[in-house]
Amino acid sequence: MLELATKRKTAVSTGISVPVLAGLVAAAVFLAVGSLSSGTFAQQTVSGLSQGAIFGSLALALVLIYRATEVINFAQGEMAMATTYIAYQLTLWHLSYWLAFFLTLLIAFVLGVVVQVVVIRPVQHKSVIAVVIITVGLFILIDGLVTWKWGADLKFMPAPFGNTVYHAGGVAISRQDIGVFAVSILSVGVLWVLFQFTKLGLAMRAAALRPAAASLVGVRVDAMLAVGWGLAAVLGAVAGLMTEPTQFLQPTMMQAVLLYAFAAAVLGGLESPAGAVIGGLALGVFLNLFGQYGKVGGYYLGTSELRLPIAFVILLIVLLLKPTGLFGRKQVRRV
Amino acid sequence: MPALLELDDVTARYGPVQALHGVSLTVDEGEVAAVLGANGAGKTTTLRAISGTVRRDGSLQFGGRRLARTGPDGAARLGIAHVPEGRGTFAELTVWENLRLGAYTRRGALKDDFARVQTYFPWLDERRSQQAGTLSGGEQQMLALARAFMQRPRLLLLDEPSLGLAPLLVTEIFRIIKELNESEGLTVLVVEQNAHIALQAARSAFVLEVGRVALSGPSADLQQHESVRRSYLGY
Repeated sequence: MLELATKRKTAVSTGISVPVLAGLVAAAVFLAVGSLSSGTFAQQTVSGLSQGAIFGSLALALVLIYRATEVINFAQGEMAMATTYIAYQLTLWHLSYWLAFFLTLLIAFVLGVVVQVVVIRPVQHKSVIAVVIITVGLFILIDGLVTWKWGADLKFMPAPFGNTVYHAGGVAISRQDIGVFAVSILSVGVLWVLFQFTKLGLAMRAAALRPAAASLVGVRVDAMLAVGWGLAAVLGAVAGLMTEPTQFLQPTMMQAVLLYAFAAAVLGGLESPAGAVIGGLALGVFLNLFGQYGKVGGYYLGTSELRLPIAFVILLIVLLLKPTGLFGRKQVRRV
Repeated sequence: MPALLELDDVTARYGPVQALHGVSLTVDEGEVAAVLGANGAGKTTTLRAISGTVRRDGSLQFGGRRLARTGPDGAARLGIAHVPEGRGTFAELTVWENLRLGAYTRRGALKDDFARVQTYFPWLDERRSQQAGTLSGGEQQMLALARAFMQRPRLLLLDEPSLGLAPLLVTEIFRIIKELNESEGLTVLVVEQNAHIALQAARSAFVLEVGRVALSGPSADLQQHESVRRSYLGY
């Protein structure tokens, strides 16, 4: 009996603690002051925010699935890549970019639901490792299918935001960076409103947190999990479509992004949606600034080859010092 | 009084372990009924068989409908509110979100219902944005009752509402259960270790022994019954 009690999973709640909040405010002030005093700093910050917003939206997709299914969906990046190819195909059929964009989000939702119902649901209650292996299998399957259908060479889509560059007080900011940031953050915001303020969102949170109790109040837990996978796929599609303007279309385009998103999700706390987004933004900005200013004895430490290893050093540090991430907290609970 | 719930020869098992060996019982519309019994007698499993949270066989009738193939979410939509062991609180969510989830199967505004709930639990309003997991045990039990009430069920299943609560709170909880029954007409089936208070609150009772109903009848008769007194009331 005692053994049972100690073996119970320690629940992690999400919420922001005072030191973390103070740190975030300090970081924001630092970025603002830095941007005002140096044009280069401002440019790096803006493009870091733009990339970070992509990391954040894919990280949020990982967190959504982690909360509902308790696994990392290793196929999340490949699903995002595949849906981007679908958008590409739609533009080949002479649909305008934004029509293709929204149609793709719809298709992504359906695909996410189908993946959950067809391959995840049958094994979900059997073992966590089985689900993980399924997602790895999906990774390979999707990768193969996309390469078979569209080939591995670079493809190009119409530029969604044009190539305009704005100049303001010696700082050059591309319209694309602003657009990518805005679209990513907007989609995250829409999802937040859905989860926080609608009955469906509440039921989805309940189904993810306490499936047994949720079913007792009448929530169809399986359906909610499927909708969760659908929404995660939509976020992934946004991340894929927003990655395309800088990476162009190729089957490997989301692999590095998935790893950054993974680091961002762990940084924010795997259970925390807000943490994933802020973690993504922080990672994007940090990598950019470190690339610009991280110099020891004439050697740049943040070059493009070292970006991914640096992300993993951050991941390691977080796991060692604060495994629940910046926004995860041990559950406060009275019995 | 017509029967709201009828179980006939219901069996249930957890893997290889058979927990119910043929439970038959009837709960009338508008009454409080109690299920008593020792640990492992199948009290909790009986409730779980009704709400469909365990696989079961046999005949289950609720308001004239057969429950045999109904899962927990379906049972909730038919009007069965099950407050399980551990109270089914969404500890990570706020008090208000817990209440909204209670009303999940219903449509329309919740204002009137929330006003009614507040007449029983006036403290809920000022705590509505508090995280439910931070409530005390007694408050969580009351929240569970309030959540079930928001569902407007025809049948309320309560699993050991007295568990872990101080005697004074237990009395308070059972007073509220009785009040919900009398002024709202709510039918209640309550599982209890505390046979004394359960027999006081209930009109009829069932005593389970190793997965079967060993004794049943009006509470007043059971209170006088020799073996019930010795085994469960302790005098």
